[in-house]
Amino acid sequence: MMDILQIFLSDNFWAASLRIATPLIFGVLGALLCERSGVLNLGIEGIFVVGAMMGWLIAYLTGSLWLGVMAAALSGALFGVFHAVLTVPLGLSQHVSGLGITMFATALMSFSYRTAFPQVSSPPRIEPFRALDIPVLSDLPFVGPVLFQQTAMTWLALGLVAVVWWVMERTALGVAIKAVGDNPDAVNAQGLSVIRLRMGAVIAGSALMALGGAFLTMSAFDAFFFGMVNGRGWICIALVIFASWQPGKALLGALLFGMFDALQVRLQTEAGALIPGQVFLMVPYVLSIVALILAARKADYPRALLKPWFKGQR
Amino acid sequence: MKDPTPVLSLRGMVKRFGPVVAADHIDLDLNRGEVLALLGENGAGKTTLMNMLFGQYTPDAGSVHVWDEHGVEHILPSGQPQAAIEARIGMVHQHFTLAENLSVVDNILLGTERLLHLNRNRRTARAKLEALMTHSGLIVPLDARVRDLSVGERQRVEILKALYRDVRILVLDEPTAVLTPQEADMLFTSVRSMVANGLSVIFISHKLREVLAFSDRIAVLRHGAKMGEMTTEEADTRSIIRMMIGEEHDMPERIPGTPQDVVLSLDAITVTPGKDGRGVTNIDLDLRRGEIIGIAGVSGNGQSALARVLSGLLVPDGGTLEIAGKRIDRLTPGKALAQGIGRIPEDRHHDGIIAALSVAENLVIERLDAPDVQRAGFLRRDAIASHAEALCTAYDVRGPGIAANSALLSGGNIQKLILARVLETHPDVILANQPTRGLDFRAASEVSRRLIEARDRGAGVILISEDLDEVLSLADRVLVMHGGQLTETASRDRSAIGQLMAGQAA
Repeated sequence: MMDILQIFLSDNFWAASLRIATPLIFGVLGALLCERSGVLNLGIEGIFVVGAMMGWLIAYLTGSLWLGVMAAALSGALFGVFHAVLTVPLGLSQHVSGLGITMFATALMSFSYRTAFPQVSSPPRIEPFRALDIPVLSDLPFVGPVLFQQTAMTWLALGLVAVVWWVMERTALGVAIKAVGDNPDAVNAQGLSVIRLRMGAVIAGSALMALGGAFLTMSAFDAFFFGMVNGRGWICIALVIFASWQPGKALLGALLFGMFDALQVRLQTEAGALIPGQVFLMVPYVLSIVALILAARKADYPRALLKPWFKGQR
Repeated sequence: MKDPTPVLSLRGMVKRFGPVVAADHIDLDLNRGEVLALLGENGAGKTTLMNMLFGQYTPDAGSVHVWDEHGVEHILPSGQPQAAIEARIGMVHQHFTLAENLSVVDNILLGTERLLHLNRNRRTARAKLEALMTHSGLIVPLDARVRDLSVGERQRVEILKALYRDVRILVLDEPTAVLTPQEADMLFTSVRSMVANGLSVIFISHKLREVLAFSDRIAVLRHGAKMGEMTTEEADTRSIIRMMIGEEHDMPERIPGTPQDVVLSLDAITVTPGKDGRGVTNIDLDLRRGEIIGIAGVSGNGQSALARVLSGLLVPDGGTLEIAGKRIDRLTPGKALAQGIGRIPEDRHHDGIIAALSVAENLVIERLDAPDVQRAGFLRRDAIASHAEALCTAYDVRGPGIAANSALLSGGNIQKLILARVLETHPDVILANQPTRGLDFRAASEVSRRLIEARDRGAGVILISEDLDEVLSLADRVLVMHGGQLTETASRDRSAIGQLMAGQAA
């Protein structure tokens, strides 16, 4: 029992929580943007893979990490265009299109990787983002290691939370996105384009998702592996419900999951002799389900979510 | 007298959907400061015409002319909603187009602000809105979320939305369908005062009484063509109906029924409000054979809960229900049928028929166990078919035949199918929930005639309707539902009943 308390008191644990939460923050913000406009994007898992692969590849080829980040966002946006075209103007099933994109993108990235590096036994490495060592602040006890020794991408994620919040709550664009996810007829009747708003939200959201993937290869690790996304996209789909489609709560949800995951690793080392490690691997997922059950029962879904809209029809 | 300056002219508007001509060379003129009522049955072309005006549909022929403040004539490019908005034409749809998750202000300003601005300057916008509210008398709480507003308030938001954009021409599509008579009167007063300030209004309605009271001029459409125009002064109900349906049609006089013994009795029925809507509290009701009880009230006040209890779809949280003096504890849909409760549901497309089954199958769907329907588990197809032929003839159900999917029937014919299925079994109790909603005159009067016929045969009928005129013309006793409570009223006075509908003691 004392050992568990020790875990919660260590700065190391909290730093890990924030690190693990970072890709989820990107993903959950992306899913939030898509769903607020009324489009479910189950391509998220595949778009994570796209971001991971493309970000890493461009960073590897050019030697510039920020070029890699931009490439990840752009290629994510490209798959966003794909999903948006299929689901918004064409009004196809959002589930089918999204799952299709996940499978297609995952396979395409594996294929590209194998084509680009046919002969390697161990994946080529890049020099990943380093922890930003902010003078004075990073030397603060506890807060220093937790907050001020993270990489630039974590700061980018936290900054994007604020940006998305500002857009949704403080700008006319945000109002229009929320409206189009609630009642597209209202938006159309006011002379705005439902199609453009939704496509824009899906494309921007997909770019954010890809950043989550890019974090994995360029900040958390230094190379691209198959299967490295490992369900993080799906977690984001659940977290956005937990967050009731609000950026602030999205951050909270991602941190909560990050905490469970960091806890799980440490519990394994503490109690691994007694209980099989696989049990602990389940912990974050079980706790996520519990949190979802508690939060999602009163979830306030965007009313037009999953409903395609066609001009001149009601 | 009226200002004869033209503001809008639709000329030779044509719209075809495949072989169907939805609008056939319709001309329509509107003057400044005028209220033009547009009348017609369902499918007469009113909505099609307005959709062309607003650029939702591209007309196959014809043009829309608009005169601006300086009297300069413009022709609107067809098929562009933005053009109608820029010409300052606004529409209040029958089905509200509001984003419920947003505040009133956000809904009104939606589309009027530049999307890519980092910030919103709301002070001038709010000031303008406040001024508009004072002028028009349409008051709403600006910062409330739309989902928390009543229907009447939402209606006001819709109109403010149009006014905020300085509309010169306002189209109101059945604006009173969901309002109590008092709310409707308030609305008309507001619109009248705006019309006095130069607004021009096109007013689409089914309710002849309102049209006669509120409009300056009346235009009637039938089967996609304009049948004629008249000033409201020279119009009366008879002449309008003749123009709308093309034949003489008398509003039937109400003949009172002769109530007999109690067939259905509710005592303190209570349903706690759940996720799917309003509940009801302490409903006491005795229904006798040979009478029609009319339950008036604005939708969403607990009518659905009551109907669901009577259909066996919902077990009430409290109270008792007796059918023919026998107490029934847990009424299920099957028991309701067995006890002789015939049900005409509110949503006839969803709850009344199974769209994927044929007309013939839908006609026997409530008595699949009957020996003339099945033998040893096998359907007697020939017997079902001849049964269907007979019923369709008797009840005048028209469509592509008894073997066709019932989804292919029109709303009126679906309702006749349901009537045939219900009345064929001679139920003791008939629950008719909004039985004529959305039906044209002929179908509606056929439904009314059948209900009266059933009453005279000895059934007790519960008629739930939003249409106060319908309740008053059919019901032997009038009750009003508001906030989950049922109040009986001896009065047949519209304004007294309207007060009850709004929850005020008469």
